[in-house]
Amino acid sequence: MMANIGLAALWLATALCVLQLAVGALGMRDQGEEVARLVRPAAIVQGGLVAIAFASLIWVFAITDLSVALVAANSHADKPLIFKLAGAWGNHEGSMLLWVTVMAVAGAAIAAFEYRLPERTMRATLAAQAFVGLGFYAFLLFSSNPFARLAPPAATGAGLNPLLQDIGLAFHPPTLYFGYVGLSVAFSFVVGALLTRQVTPDFARAVRPWILGAWVFLTVGITAGSYWAYYELGWGGWWFWDPVENASLMPWLAATALLHSVGVLAARDALRTWTVLLGVIAFSMSMVGTFLVRSGVLTSVHAFAVDPERGAFILALLTIYIGGALALFALRGGSIAEGERFALASRESALVVNNVMLSAILAVVLVGTLYPLLTEAFDTRVSVGPPYFNPVSAIFAVPMLVVMMAGPLLRWRRDRLARIARPLAAAAAVTVVAGLVAVAMGVALLPLLGIALGLGLVVASILPLLRRRLTRTPLTVWGMVAAHLGIAVAVLGMASESGFSSERLVALEPGGQTQIAGWTVHLEGVDPVAGPNWTALEARMTARRGEGAPYELRPQARSFTDPVQSTTESALLTTWNGQLYAVLGNAAGEGRWQVRLWWKPFVTLIWLGGLLVAFGGVLSIAGHLLVRRRQGAIRSQLVQRRAELAGATV
Amino acid sequence: MNRLSFFIPLVIFLLFAAVAGYMLTQPKQETVESAMIGRPLPAFDLPGATDDAPRLASAYFVDGTPRLLNIWASWCVPCVAEAPQLEALRRAGAPIVGIAIRDTPEDIARFTQRYGNPYVRIARDDISAVQQAIGSSGVPETFVIDGKGVIRHQHIGDIRPDDVPELLQQLEDAR
Repeated sequence: MMANIGLAALWLATALCVLQLAVGALGMRDQGEEVARLVRPAAIVQGGLVAIAFASLIWVFAITDLSVALVAANSHADKPLIFKLAGAWGNHEGSMLLWVTVMAVAGAAIAAFEYRLPERTMRATLAAQAFVGLGFYAFLLFSSNPFARLAPPAATGAGLNPLLQDIGLAFHPPTLYFGYVGLSVAFSFVVGALLTRQVTPDFARAVRPWILGAWVFLTVGITAGSYWAYYELGWGGWWFWDPVENASLMPWLAATALLHSVGVLAARDALRTWTVLLGVIAFSMSMVGTFLVRSGVLTSVHAFAVDPERGAFILALLTIYIGGALALFALRGGSIAEGERFALASRESALVVNNVMLSAILAVVLVGTLYPLLTEAFDTRVSVGPPYFNPVSAIFAVPMLVVMMAGPLLRWRRDRLARIARPLAAAAAVTVVAGLVAVAMGVALLPLLGIALGLGLVVASILPLLRRRLTRTPLTVWGMVAAHLGIAVAVLGMASESGFSSERLVALEPGGQTQIAGWTVHLEGVDPVAGPNWTALEARMTARRGEGAPYELRPQARSFTDPVQSTTESALLTTWNGQLYAVLGNAAGEGRWQVRLWWKPFVTLIWLGGLLVAFGGVLSIAGHLLVRRRQGAIRSQLVQRRAELAGATV
Repeated sequence: MNRLSFFIPLVIFLLFAAVAGYMLTQPKQETVESAMIGRPLPAFDLPGATDDAPRLASAYFVDGTPRLLNIWASWCVPCVAEAPQLEALRRAGAPIVGIAIRDTPEDIARFTQRYGNPYVRIARDDISAVQQAIGSSGVPETFVIDGKGVIRHQHIGDIRPDDVPELLQQLEDAR
């Protein structure tokens, strides 16, 4: 029943999407005024209908309606409720429905609340939004219908990929999706602005909250995904430069660049063409990422839902939207005036350097990710890994971190470097001293640079708060400080992890013990344990540092029953200065067990830094929305005052 | 800025789309070829299955006769399932050399009594040293070794009845 309602709502939403596209496009012409008023209501109703469709899908998963093919294939009556619900979007069809849901709801929000731009631009924007949406509706209805039925209904569900049966992962893909969809909204704004030649500071202010929101979600998504890979895969690493990871990193890099250039456009009416191009690139990176993950053209450790036919569909959409937008950019880009000029020593210049470096890193990651695809077209299989990505991206990351120290202190338009030299000297001193200490300790080059620049940036990122009255400092400044501090903290974590980790692989018999980095780890025994739909071997271990209190560690080697799959559940012991990471391996014969241990000093800073960055983004969104409300209030007061004055003179 | 430069992003994107579209039409190779294919066997010298059986050295394979090298173990259940196919290969004239992984002479003897002995020789690899050197990650696996001692083919997993003709063909090709 609910499945039928969902499908009906989806078709109706598609019809409204067609309407939105048609009247939006007509409304860009002068005689279309009358009909174009429909564009906003169409977007709002469409958002509501898709929300109903998505709620129906959640419902059929909640009650495990096995007459729905998707539920039968991905769920199971015995699964905990939270994973049943997560199962709704933990598969290809459901995740595509989530995608269009977020997109349509975002479209409805723009239609309902965005009144700053010229109406023609808004219509073009909503038409572009509908055009993008239509492709995904078609994809959903013709190639991946989430409400397809089974007759007769299945007797039992086929479970959920056990690797995905994890609370972190239940919310990791939707988080990234929110990010991707946010960038699609930015894309629609860019297309609307290009079509009507309205690349203005108002456009920048309208699009900025969407970029910021997308960027916050991407940041959280990447941070969570990295932590998930770290503790669930049991390899002890937190970033593998895997195509799927790169697919989420590339939109983030583009969004970060876009965020900064849109700030320049909003504040100073400069970097117009560049901002527009980045807007297209940011969304195209989301789609390229989706294509790479879903089509199976690249081999990845976590390739899922691989299907060449769907790949062809996504590639077709990608070609239409991105190819179309880039063609539009090629034709219109030249006619957008470059905007305001600025001096070499200025906030704008620092942001341009930041943009160039971020774009260069993006290019490095993109080339590294696509290179195997390119060579495979000529029948040579290569794999590109950390030996390429780490040093080559560092070439651009290092100058970027240096500029990040100075940039926020510079004034818009024109400044003197001498003015910021004194406050910056403290950060430079910290960088140099930390670098020299690291050299003396014989740390490898990349961790050394990370530690020196990370510590310097910790100091430098707080400098913009100096000599300000903290209670009157705008939230956006706090947001920038938090985000930059977060980058510094994450860089420190990465440097410490890669520079100072220790690893140990031993075969222990119960009762045996081993040492790692000042910890004594004792294997007490290995027992079988059982969960709701898995059985596992669980090691009981205690770890103690020096004469300190013992901590318990219980790593598991888990076997899921439905479907059959085994996973490692690593045990983590978090202390203030690092993590002890234990993995139970195979039986090594003679009653001994392989145990793999890592000590990773300050590794948690990586994810704390990521969360701090996201928190900075949230502060910034709040700051911009507050300013907007205040401006709205001032404007309405002005209108009222004028009306009073007009009344008084009459 | 030159107006044509605004077309650069479009051109790059279209190149990507062309390559990606071409790749989608290509059949996906699901199996990974071992890097050991085409390389000589790693040097080894293993004890025989029983204490009176002769030792097995890699030099044994360099006598002009192509052979099958079967990595197995008495404790491995798929190896039991594979036994009839090995017997069929033996009857078809394939010389099969066995390397038993982490096994004991007694268990090997029990296994061959119960499920038949298709092997011309059996050796023991008690610490998986040869297994790892040859690029095998599990049991059973079967390699085709040509008369110069070069690895020609790797079959991962148990040999199913459908696989027998292909292995015989591979052995013929290695001649």
